[in-house]
Order: sequence, then C-alpha cells, then structure tokens
Amino acid sequence: MSLDSKIPSGPLEKKWDDYKSHIKLVNPANKRKYTVIVIGTGLAGGSASATLAELGYNVKTFCFQDSPRRAHSIAAQGGINAAKNYQNDGDSVYRLFYDTIKGGDFRAREANVYRLAQVSTNIIDQCVAQGVPFAREYGGHLDNRSFGGAQVSRTFYAKGQTGQQLLLGAYSALSRQIGLGNVKMYPRTEMLDLVVIDGHAKGVVIRDLVTGQITVHSADAVVLASGGYGNVFYLSTNAKGSNVTATFRAYKKGAFMANPCYTQIHPTCIPVSGDHQSKLTLMSESLRNDGRIWVPKKQGDTRNPADIPESERDYYLERKYPSYGNLCPRDIASRSAKEVCDAGFGVGPGGQGVYLDFSSAINRLGEHTIAERYGNLFQMYEQITGENPYKVPMRIYPAVHYTMGGLWVDYNLMSNLPGLFVIGEANFSDHGANRLGASALMQGLADGYFVLPYTIGNYLAEVGFGKTPSTDHAEFKKAETDANSQINKFLSIKGKRTVDSFHKELGKIMWNNCGMARDEKSLKEALVKIPQIREEFWQNVNVPGSGAELNQSLEKAGRVADFLEFGELLCLDALTREESCGGHFRTEHQMDDGEAKRDDDKFCHATAWEWKGVGAKPTEHREKLEFENIKLATRSYK
Amino acid sequence: MDLKLKVWRQKNAKEKGKIVNYDAKGISPDMSFLEMIDVVNEDLIVKGDDPIAFEHDCREGICGSCNIMINGEAHGPLPGVTTCQLHMRSFKDGDTIYLEPWRAKAFPVVKDLVVDRSGFDRIIQAGGFVSINTGGAPDANALPIPKKDADVAMDAATCIGCGACVASCKNASAMLFVSAKVSHLALLPQGQVEKKERVKNMVNAMDKEGFGNCTNQYECEAACPKDIKRDFIRVLNKEFILS
Repeated sequence: MSLDSKIPSGPLEKKWDDYKSHIKLVNPANKRKYTVIVIGTGLAGGSASATLAELGYNVKTFCFQDSPRRAHSIAAQGGINAAKNYQNDGDSVYRLFYDTIKGGDFRAREANVYRLAQVSTNIIDQCVAQGVPFAREYGGHLDNRSFGGAQVSRTFYAKGQTGQQLLLGAYSALSRQIGLGNVKMYPRTEMLDLVVIDGHAKGVVIRDLVTGQITVHSADAVVLASGGYGNVFYLSTNAKGSNVTATFRAYKKGAFMANPCYTQIHPTCIPVSGDHQSKLTLMSESLRNDGRIWVPKKQGDTRNPADIPESERDYYLERKYPSYGNLCPRDIASRSAKEVCDAGFGVGPGGQGVYLDFSSAINRLGEHTIAERYGNLFQMYEQITGENPYKVPMRIYPAVHYTMGGLWVDYNLMSNLPGLFVIGEANFSDHGANRLGASALMQGLADGYFVLPYTIGNYLAEVGFGKTPSTDHAEFKKAETDANSQINKFLSIKGKRTVDSFHKELGKIMWNNCGMARDEKSLKEALVKIPQIREEFWQNVNVPGSGAELNQSLEKAGRVADFLEFGELLCLDALTREESCGGHFRTEHQMDDGEAKRDDDKFCHATAWEWKGVGAKPTEHREKLEFENIKLATRSYK
Repeated sequence: MDLKLKVWRQKNAKEKGKIVNYDAKGISPDMSFLEMIDVVNEDLIVKGDDPIAFEHDCREGICGSCNIMINGEAHGPLPGVTTCQLHMRSFKDGDTIYLEPWRAKAFPVVKDLVVDRSGFDRIIQAGGFVSINTGGAPDANALPIPKKDADVAMDAATCIGCGACVASCKNASAMLFVSAKVSHLALLPQGQVEKKERVKNMVNAMDKEGFGNCTNQYECEAACPKDIKRDFIRVLNKEFILS
C-alpha cells in the first residue's frame, strides 16, 4: 500500500492558501447535522473542540481528567514560537519553517511544516484576543525570548507557565461552547476502542472511570488528540495519566503508527533521586538563556561547585557549539550531557548530572531580574531538591519528554483510516526526528484552531450528512464486547505483581536499551525481553477491585498492557532505522566527532507500521520525504 | 522514616466513610507525598487490599489535580506548595499524618480522597471567558497592555483550580477561585466588553453550585498553593457591585 501524503501541488508558500480556496465546504445549516468525537482536551483537542463547535458541528469531547483544564499541555513552561518578527531581528515564516525542518533533522514533511510556520502568527493573535496574559514590554507590546535551535527571539511566553495560560485560553473557549450546549463534555472517561465501519472511523468505545460503565458513541468523524507515549519509559516528564491507549487501539484497528522511535530526551530535567521516583520534572529550556552548563574538568571532582575556579570548569556546550552555545537543540544538549557523565565528569549523586549555573547571570543582571524571569522554576527546583538555585547551581540531567512519532497522517491530518483525524502530539507530523523548544504548543494550537477545522470540513462534505451509523451496528457491539472482556480478563488474573511493577520493569529496558543511545545489540535484547515481560503480565498481574467503580489499578492495567505491546514496536522501529537522526541516535552511526550520522540515501522517509497481531511483525510502509525547497544538509550548530 | 497514616476511606459517594490506619515504612525524605502513598498502595495491592484512591496527574504542581487535606491543611503544611510538590523531608520519623479529602458540600466525595470539582467548570462555563470565535483576531500588538496590568492579570490567571481555597474555608466559599478569573479578565482590555455580564453570571453560578460566601477569614489565601492574593476578592466585589 502506498502512503499518499496528499500534499497540494504548487509553490510551497501558496499550498495552504490554495488548498483552503479549493476545498469542499459544508453549508452552515448542514454543519449541525454532523457529529464529531474528540478524544483529549489539551491544546490540540481543546482548541479543536471549541473551534468545531463555533463552526456549528455537534461535538462530543472526552478526557480522562476530572476537568478538561488539567490536560498535560498545562505543564509546558517555556513558550510558544511564532514568526511575528516583532523583535526586528530577521525572523520570517521561511526562517521558522527552515529552523523547524533543520531542528527535526530533515525528517518532517516540508508542506506541513511550512503551514505550521504560516499559521503560527494567527495563534498569537487568537490567544491575545482570548485574554492570554503573555509577558509584555513596558511599552505595552509583547515580549519575546529565544529558545534552543533558533538565533532569533520568536518565543512568546507567560512567565514559566505558558502552557498553562494557553491551555486555559483553549479551555475557556471550550467552556463557552459547553455552556452554549454545542459541546457535550465527558470528563473522567477513557477511550478503549475505535469503531471502524466500511473502512471509515465512525465511533468509539468509552469507559466511564467513575461508574465503570462502558458505552459506545457514533459520529461522522473521530479526532484523536490524546497526546504522546513518553510514559512507555515509566520515568518521563509526562503526567502520570499520559498514555498510548487511544492511538494504540486505533493502530490495532488499522491506523498506521509512524516513527515511534523518535523520542525526545529533554536536557534540563531534575536528576532522579532514588528508586521511589514516580516521574521526572522538567526545568524549562528557557533557563538555558541565562544559565550556563558546565561540569568540572577533573573526573569525579566532588568539590563544592563554588570552590571550583573558572579555569577548572568545562562549559562543554559553549566549547563544542560556539555559535549556539547553551542554546543548541535538545537532542544535541542531551547527548552531550550523557557523554560527559558517561566519561566520569558528572556531578551529584551517582554522577548523573551536570550544573546549570546562574551565577554569572545573577552577577550581571541581579537576582531580581532572574527571579522575575524564572522565579517559579527556581521555587519548584528548591521544593524538589531542597537546594536553593540562587546560591548553588542547579543540577540537571536529560529525561524523556516528548514523542515526535505517532499515528501517520496526511496533509489533511487524516490517518490512513478515512474519518480518523489525529492532531497535536498524537500524530507524527511536523517535528521530524527532534522537536525544537516552544514548538509543541505551536503545533497543538495550529492543528486545533487553524488546520483541522478546514480539513475535516473537506472530508465531511465528501461523505455527506445523515450517515452517522446507529450504535446498534455489529461493529459497535463487537468493540463493546471486546472492551468488556479485556476488563474481565485483567480482574480475573489475580496474580502476585502490581501493574506498576511491570511498568517499571518495561521502563528500565526502554531507557537502558532504547534511550538516548541505541544499537543493534541493545535493541535486539529489548525485543527478546519485552515479550517475556508481557507474557508474565498476562499471567501474574494483580488488579484489585471490580470493573464497576473508580478503579485506578484497572485504568493503569489497560494502559500498561498497551505500553507492553507498543514498546516492542518502538524498539523494532529503532532497529529498522539504521541511521542516527534527531532523537534517534544509533551508536553505530556517528561521525568521528560523535555527531549523529544521517543516511539520506536509505532513510529519507517516514516509517509507518501496520498492525498484524500480538507478537507478529507489523508490516512496514514508507512515505518518501520529498525536499523541493530545502537542500538536505548535515545539521550543524557549530 | 516510619510513619503512621490515618486515611479517609470511602467506597463511593453513597456509602459512609471512615478513617483507617496504615503504616508507611521505610519512607525516604526525598519522596514526594504522593510517592509515599504510591509505596503504601503497592503494599496494599500485594496484600490483596484496595489501594487508596487519590487524584494526581502532572506531579509538577501545575495541573491542579492533587487535593489532599494533610493534618487538616489543604496541600499540607508548606505555603505555596501543592500536595505533589510536598516532600517527605517536611515530616519527621514517627509522625502521624491524617489524609482526608476536600470537605465541601459543592465537592461531593467520589471515592476515598477523590472529590468531584466539576462545579468549578460550570462556573467557568457560565462566563469565565472572552467570547471570541477562532479566526479574525486583530494583530496581537494592536492592543498594547501596560506591563503592570499584564503582570497582575497573570498573577490572577495563575490559579490552578485545585479547590484548596474552598476546602480551607469554613463557608466552603469559592470566592478566591472566582475572583481570580474575574480579575484576570477585568484587568485586560479584551475582557471589558462582557465585564458586567461575566461577573453576574459567574457569581450566580457559584451560588447555584452551593459554595458559600466570603466572611474575610482569608484561610483561602493561606492555603492557596499558587499564592493567589485575597485582594482579588476585593476586585470581585467591586466588579459585582458595579455590574
């Protein structure tokens, strides 16, 4: 099967405008005759739900949190990019497009990324109109800062809580539509399956997390905005509830999973403190604007950082990448931290940490300015570690943060299953093999506010209204029965091990064998071990309680069962991609100086996997990436 | 550290709840409060007991999910900190700790420490927004906003909707929460057009949900993990009178 990306013809900068001028439209009076299901209420799902409802569609939205305001987008700290060029420092749509393509190591689709850069400017306008309190200059205009992978200041921010403020903006637009009765909101629910009828996505199976009741819902289209799968590693910066279930179950129903091995490891996280650790906390990348990263020049130097003179410090990012310095992209900064720690220069317990030092910025700008810029992050750091970062340098270490892979989508953001749209982190598009900072928020809102509302209309106009299937259809019954039997299976095993213990075991293998660096041996080892853990899980897991109540162990069991299958797919994808690019670093494929070695002749494509059953090898499909406007170049930040 | 826990257990909204005793052994001071409960829960599951249900998600102090009354204080003893960011180094070996859900008529218990805070969502749905459809917004810099106003609006907008203010108030008042949203939008030019309707609708929704009124005890401010200031209640009252 060939993957048709449906990229419109014509020059890059005109594709989206031409596309919008020629798509089929749904008559305003007919929009209410269509129902759209949205899964997830983060930046992508919240903004899509609100906008589709504003347009006149019936929208049913589901989230597993108690309120749509708590989606994990809320935790994003640093900012959102937009090619406004308010700073007059040479930014443009093309430059944002180029930085994003290059940042993603030339593994994203040109047309999608260009569109993202184009609509980025509308996003800021939209959010300001909603009342998002972005940081301002004294003259009343918007303030900007710079982020990794860029040499211009194009990042808009609201203190260190940009994700929160943008999400609350989308949530307020969504709340307005809920209040008006245009969106029916279902909090504390979880999607357990996708229903496909005659090849089209036509509904979902939902479990009410409080009553345990399983219901089916039909629609004319289904939108997955369920986020990423970073929790396959157990320890990550993702919220504990973030999971792969919605996209993985869609994969099992025929949607293709693309590039799952592209996992972003974020360089500025608080190091692990012990085996009890349940998750990792990110410190915003924006800290790298003023914090300088260093390790002692001497291996195993346990002196107090203040006692180590300048001449005995290695500011390794500034040394290796003089033009970008501490603001080099995340994959490069992460790998460099791993290298110095592996070589014995790391600081803190176990040597798994590097210093992020604000002393020169404090001397230059004063503590007040630093507090104003990063105060809440400093407080958070002190709360977690018990150390005051105004006095001693922070210690940081890389951690799993964002997943660039996801369900394959075409230019319309539609998966290979017609009627199934996938937006935000849940799809594979836009970021390639690495995501630049402040781009996730941009993509979530671009998809939800400005892309999907057009592309979904084109699909709905084609299929026509009045075709919403009845939930009596055999496919709904079957999906409902399957969901019930999986729940009964979990509850009946009555083994000896907790769900979490399996999740931790899987996570350790994922991190050690398929983390910041992978090779053939480590991946093959993981591919032997993961099925063994999975087999034991289905024999020996202990899920207490019943299915007819709030049962958090049962919720986790379903998600971990999916991670145990998905982890295998991720490792298989990593094994198959015999090159290094972005967040995927194969140690066999590196330059003499340790930089990632891409192989454009063999791997300039997206890999999309087709499900063939548990333990069976999925079928590999490839979408060749065509670069018509950008010359593929070795990525250099030196 | 070894600790004694006294935990509110309640099977569901209909059944009666009670305090049950548990031992938390071998707790590291570096654990977060929620990681301490994780350890206890793993133990309970292995023993075949029902683990303690509690709400949490981001564990970074921003999603507003976590909500536990710890020794009678919302989010525990430290000011400006959510339960997930409270670490066990704040307790001593041998301590007895009470864990209870938020207590308010408008926040019915769902199970154990989990309560239903959807009343907050309904208040926002009644008017906590600027009515603007997507598309067609003017250029963002066409609307200059004094830095001071934007900063104060941001301070108000920082509310995470956790409900600690309600849980700490003897009247179970939601006025700090409502005032934060009203102030955030009232301080910005975008919020002016619907200002009067917004405050009336939100206050009406708050009353309808069964939240009490403010009698100036300021327990809400003391409990707020995001340091939302009581001054915003003054703004709310002013806006309400002007409406």
